[in-house]
Amino acid sequence: MPDARPAAAHSPGEEAPPPVRARGLVKRYDEVLAVDHIDLNVRTGDVYGFLGPNGAGKTTTLRMALGLIVPTEGAVELFGRDPMRRGAAALEGVAGFVEAPRFYPYLSARKNLELLAALDGGGARERIDEVLEVVELAPRAKHRVGGYSHGMRQRLGIAAALLRRPRLLILDEPATGLDPAGMRDMRILIRRLAEEDITVLLSSHQLPEVQELCDRVAIVDRGRVVYEGALSDLRRQGGAGYRLRTTDDARALEVARAQAGVEHAMSGEHGVSFQAQEPEVGAFSLALAQAGIGILALTPELATLEDLFFRLTESNGAAPGIDRTAIPA
Amino acid sequence: MSSVAATPAPTLPAPAAHFRRPSTLTAYRWELRKLISQKRTYLGLGLVVILPLFFVIFQNARHGHDRGAGDFFARQITQSGLATPVLMLLFLSAFMLPLAASLVAGDIVAAEDGNGTLKTILTRSVNRGQVFAAKALAAMTYAALAVFLSAFVATLAGVLSWGFHHITTYSGTVVSAPEGLLLVVAANACYLIPLFTVASVGVLLSTATRNSAASVVGTVGLVLLLYILAQIPGLEAVKPYLLTEQFQNWQGLLRTPTDWAPIWHSLWVCALYAVPALFAAYLVFLRRDVAGG
Repeated sequence: MPDARPAAAHSPGEEAPPPVRARGLVKRYDEVLAVDHIDLNVRTGDVYGFLGPNGAGKTTTLRMALGLIVPTEGAVELFGRDPMRRGAAALEGVAGFVEAPRFYPYLSARKNLELLAALDGGGARERIDEVLEVVELAPRAKHRVGGYSHGMRQRLGIAAALLRRPRLLILDEPATGLDPAGMRDMRILIRRLAEEDITVLLSSHQLPEVQELCDRVAIVDRGRVVYEGALSDLRRQGGAGYRLRTTDDARALEVARAQAGVEHAMSGEHGVSFQAQEPEVGAFSLALAQAGIGILALTPELATLEDLFFRLTESNGAAPGIDRTAIPA
Repeated sequence: MSSVAATPAPTLPAPAAHFRRPSTLTAYRWELRKLISQKRTYLGLGLVVILPLFFVIFQNARHGHDRGAGDFFARQITQSGLATPVLMLLFLSAFMLPLAASLVAGDIVAAEDGNGTLKTILTRSVNRGQVFAAKALAAMTYAALAVFLSAFVATLAGVLSWGFHHITTYSGTVVSAPEGLLLVVAANACYLIPLFTVASVGVLLSTATRNSAASVVGTVGLVLLLYILAQIPGLEAVKPYLLTEQFQNWQGLLRTPTDWAPIWHSLWVCALYAVPALFAAYLVFLRRDVAGG
């Protein structure tokens, strides 16, 4: 039974349990269904984006993963261990924070980390200076956290997580409240941690950040997963988009809308955008020529994560062309 | 973090073969350190220290005046400094010490829930049961500290004012000063039985309500309610089983021979309140959703 053994105790050749595996996760608060049968699969080495609008159930899911709230149904396993059954032992090698990281405001940053290191055991205490350096809080370590800015607390949250030498880092909106430079540095830090084989489960509203950092994503909406899989697959499924500039964009738009196989045609500042498969693009260009419209530029564009996010979450998961069942077994 | 990229990255450890959980004692020590670092901790302690000092100063100012024929120990106040801590325990045990114990016990879980720090410590390597035990023990430790600090200040002030002399017990037996001091310590220790019960109720309310003010007011309100119940005609049968009736049972130690009956009675009556309260608090703490912060 995978739940009954330490994460490192796998026989050679035996497949190690994944960092996060959730099955049929449900959380109900009276009449409100906050999380509705969510399945997640975070694999070793993933930088896994967990996306969704406010109130979609992201934080509730992360709290269940960390054993902070009890699922109504289903279970989460971290490296094969269920926090509901194994308690703190299930969090071995796991660190992170949900919503804003919280500390004792009447203690200094160093004292806060000493407290957390004591509750971690092992050699966590010896790493305090190092993690303070990593997040550049060493000069302010003796100051009370009550006087810290939001951004400094976010950084202290990362430091507190690193104390545990995690193999899985769960971060809920780590860039919230940071200035642009802070956000950039946070991205660099997350990328660097991922390069050290730390699996990262990142919940974020910063879609460009997720697009840049994450290789796999889950998008949740109204408590349900509307997509889970590789970000590249999602973008591919989102359809090839094209941007077109012609001698007469208004007429080109009319032709596009009448052309079979050309979808989501719309005019914008820089011409006409549309989606179509490659053969239909050829037919469309011929149709434009027959209409006497000259093509000045035709540029293929993959859909951005932001486009796909809105298509998935604003269409109740019924986004055309996107296979939301691409969730691996 | 402007130079994060240039900072050496933390290196990853080899996964631990066996998980070693920090001890409950470690969690308890940190609960005490958190208490020591909070100003509100000193509010209750200040109350129970200042009152004996005021009392002694006031008594000294009334030099030569009639000190009344109140309590048995009040009449001995100038004969031995050891009468002061007994008299102070008599006064403070009714309300001030339960109030001081409630201030911390009612706050100890709810404040962390409200501040969001509960989620911070529950995602480390200690189990919920350990965190709860550490918090409950810290609340009891604070209650004990309040009692003995008050007794220490009262004894010191009393002895400095009126000397370290023999004292007469409720039975009229004269005991030597060292024996009297031992009785003062024992009486205060005995009073911890009902005071720990008050703290247990505070911990339960703190865990269940997740609201510091409601927990503190609720605990103090329960004490006041029980006092009122004790005054209602027709409820004489239940009076010996009210928690507030146990607050003075330490007086059995100040008789010769020692009257153990009220102390044993206090012990089991208080257990009827404290054990279910702590057990319920433990269950709530284990199963609660930590959704705050």
